[in-house]
Amino acid sequence: MLTDMTDTTTADIRAALARTRDQMGGPATGVVLNLIIMTDESGQHDAVRAASQAGREHPCRVLAVIARESRGPSRLDAEIRSGEGTPGQTVLLRLYGPMSEHADSVVMPLLVPDTPVVTWWHGLIPAVPSAQPLGVLAQRRVTDTARARAPAEALAALSAGYRPGDTDLSWTRATPWRSLLAATADQLTDPILGGVVGAEEHNPTADLLTVWLTGRLRVPFSREVSEGPGITEVRLTAAGGDVTISRPDGRVATLSRPGQPDRHVALHRRDIADLLAEELRRLDPDEVYGESLAAVAGIPAVAE
Amino acid sequence: MRPNPLRDPRDRRIPRLAGPCVLVLFGVTGDLASKKLLPAIYDLANRGLLPPGFSLVGFARREWADADFAQITHDSVKAHARTPFREEVWQQLREGIRFVQGDFCDDGAFDSLARTVAELDAERGTGGNYAFYLSIPPDAFPVVIEQLKRSGLSSPPEPEPEPGGDGQRSWRRVVIEKPFGHDLASARELNSMLAAVFPPHAVFRIDHYLGKETVQNLLAMRFSNTLFEPIWNRGYVDHVQITMAEDIGIGGRAGYYDGIGAARDVIQNHLLQLLALTAMEEPLSFAAESLRTEKEKVLAAVQIPADLATGSARGQYASGWQGGIEVPGYLEEEGIPPHSMTDTYAAIRLTIDNRRWAGVPFYLRAGKRLPTRMTEIAVIFQRAPHLPFDATQTKELGQNALVIRVQPDEGVTLRFGSKVPGSAMEVRDVNMDFAYGESFTESSPEAYERLILDVLIGDPPLFPRQEEVELSWRILDPVEAFWAGHDKPEQYPAGTAGPVSADEMLARDGRVWRRL
Repeated sequence: MLTDMTDTTTADIRAALARTRDQMGGPATGVVLNLIIMTDESGQHDAVRAASQAGREHPCRVLAVIARESRGPSRLDAEIRSGEGTPGQTVLLRLYGPMSEHADSVVMPLLVPDTPVVTWWHGLIPAVPSAQPLGVLAQRRVTDTARARAPAEALAALSAGYRPGDTDLSWTRATPWRSLLAATADQLTDPILGGVVGAEEHNPTADLLTVWLTGRLRVPFSREVSEGPGITEVRLTAAGGDVTISRPDGRVATLSRPGQPDRHVALHRRDIADLLAEELRRLDPDEVYGESLAAVAGIPAVAE
Repeated sequence: MRPNPLRDPRDRRIPRLAGPCVLVLFGVTGDLASKKLLPAIYDLANRGLLPPGFSLVGFARREWADADFAQITHDSVKAHARTPFREEVWQQLREGIRFVQGDFCDDGAFDSLARTVAELDAERGTGGNYAFYLSIPPDAFPVVIEQLKRSGLSSPPEPEPEPGGDGQRSWRRVVIEKPFGHDLASARELNSMLAAVFPPHAVFRIDHYLGKETVQNLLAMRFSNTLFEPIWNRGYVDHVQITMAEDIGIGGRAGYYDGIGAARDVIQNHLLQLLALTAMEEPLSFAAESLRTEKEKVLAAVQIPADLATGSARGQYASGWQGGIEVPGYLEEEGIPPHSMTDTYAAIRLTIDNRRWAGVPFYLRAGKRLPTRMTEIAVIFQRAPHLPFDATQTKELGQNALVIRVQPDEGVTLRFGSKVPGSAMEVRDVNMDFAYGESFTESSPEAYERLILDVLIGDPPLFPRQEEVELSWRILDPVEAFWAGHDKPEQYPAGTAGPVSADEMLARDGRVWRRL
């Protein structure tokens, strides 16, 4: 069900949300979190679609804040989507004029009470997410440095402004690699002496993976530039010979160990909806990310 | 073993993953394999939870080649898998699929199985770790177990200190499905037969109910909240009803079902396990050992009614209309002897002799051809000791109830009284509903995914141990003996809520069954 509201108020939106809930037989009853998306007109379609896919796993009230031209008078347009095969509700909020500087005043009244808040910047990355008006009220603040024009600089900036509860989708992208590496290390008896992470240039996931490996194994790891896509190889140097996981096609990886047959394992690159779903699974601070992010910029971790 | 520095308890994104291994599946042509096991294996692979090199070996009498079995697996994955079909995941799984043709009595077939898994170790690095899943009728267990022993498959070789070798001992595990015997004596016999070949920690008894998220949620609900535990005792609870209702008949299972019946088929395992989880004390931790200790304690405290004639009921469905379809009675089903005494419905009143539950009855019922398919645990609370309202105002107020719906429509319902809007004070029952399906639908893994993964990891908390099986038979055996010495089970028309004697059993206590 779609409700379009032009030049409206938050009170009217609230009333409309309650009304759609009644008419749909209460689809918002199972909502487990509020997801605020900071986006623009060009990115909103993809972002909202990803959020509603992730919403199948985590039914949420999605509030997509779309900043429009800041000149002219303040105006609020809203579009409420409910049902349509996904649990929860989605509200697209278009903010015009001076109001666009005060998005928090629009979002606050629309949050489901007593339910956690996650803010996702799909687009511009604020230097200090937790200092943003819509970052303050969130348990988790999600950015995506892979979409930044200069990912390495963006990571460094996030690192400087890190607060527990921040997270970045480029870290989420590393999870399948990290699980496979952890499982591989379970089987190794030789100590690992060092290694290499091969990936395309400007890949923040590879940067984070490299510092994570260095930090956990306490041996040097270096970055190697490849054609991609994404991360293409991780090589662990051990006394008994190198252990490599290579994934040249972004789909299937090959695990090679000395004296053992090669093994294949599906390691496909995931879409945004999958990443977001993983991100929403835990709402407490990800300390391992915090440590890795600190190491990326070569500064010590923020004390809690 | 040296700790793995890449594993960090704070790092909860990294899932538990099984080490390299082979799953050998006996009974691949069965319904369970095609509807549940094979799809669950694919779903695990798709979620990235199976190790690189994971291999699957099917064993059956059919004249199949590897490719035929792969095709069957492919079809069943396409039809029944929970997660989307991905070609590259399938290809990876496909590479490790093998089939061994043979009869259970055929030594040659098991030797060829031993060769096949050894080849997989060499080709795919599965490291000599094998899990044998016996999805076969229980009368075939002894011969298969014996064959596994004879062919040397049941025990791992001593680790060799070879260079480049892992120095870790490989493992062998066996997975069996219910029924674990049909009474105490046969359960012991089955166990001693297994124990002669596999050590206790290598035997995984699957009760798929324990893999269900709702059942695990029962533990989370009881022990992670402050809200429920203080009232989870005889001071507040009036009684507990544990129900497993099925709308279907026996279908094609006549050969298995006749002579077994509802009590042995369902109450002995599923319902008594649910009772144990509902009634047990808080475990020290969620480690397998602690959980089992508490479950065993509470099962040992279970008492059957002194008078089984009034404290139990059994029935057999007669022909009738179920869900708008005319269906035959049990005795008219194909393959059922016309004078069969088998119960298709069983109900029993149990009590638990401990401080927490003294005097609180636990009513268990299970039946086929009932109006709906539904499994639930209903904790019914006592009425408020004093109601500051007129009797007319609370006419429609029932007892508070906390209902854990195990299937379908998994979730939790809390029933309590609320004022009806209007100028008069009138209190009526309302429901507060938490639906798993609404809050976590898509990610909710199938019970078999969880259980197969636990077998491969070697994590036993969700598998009942032999002691629990024996304690359950101890509870049921006298009831079955009593029934065997009495009349035929009472007939109830298909599509109704069971025999009259079951209703009378609760009526004597001043209670009623929850509507099905």
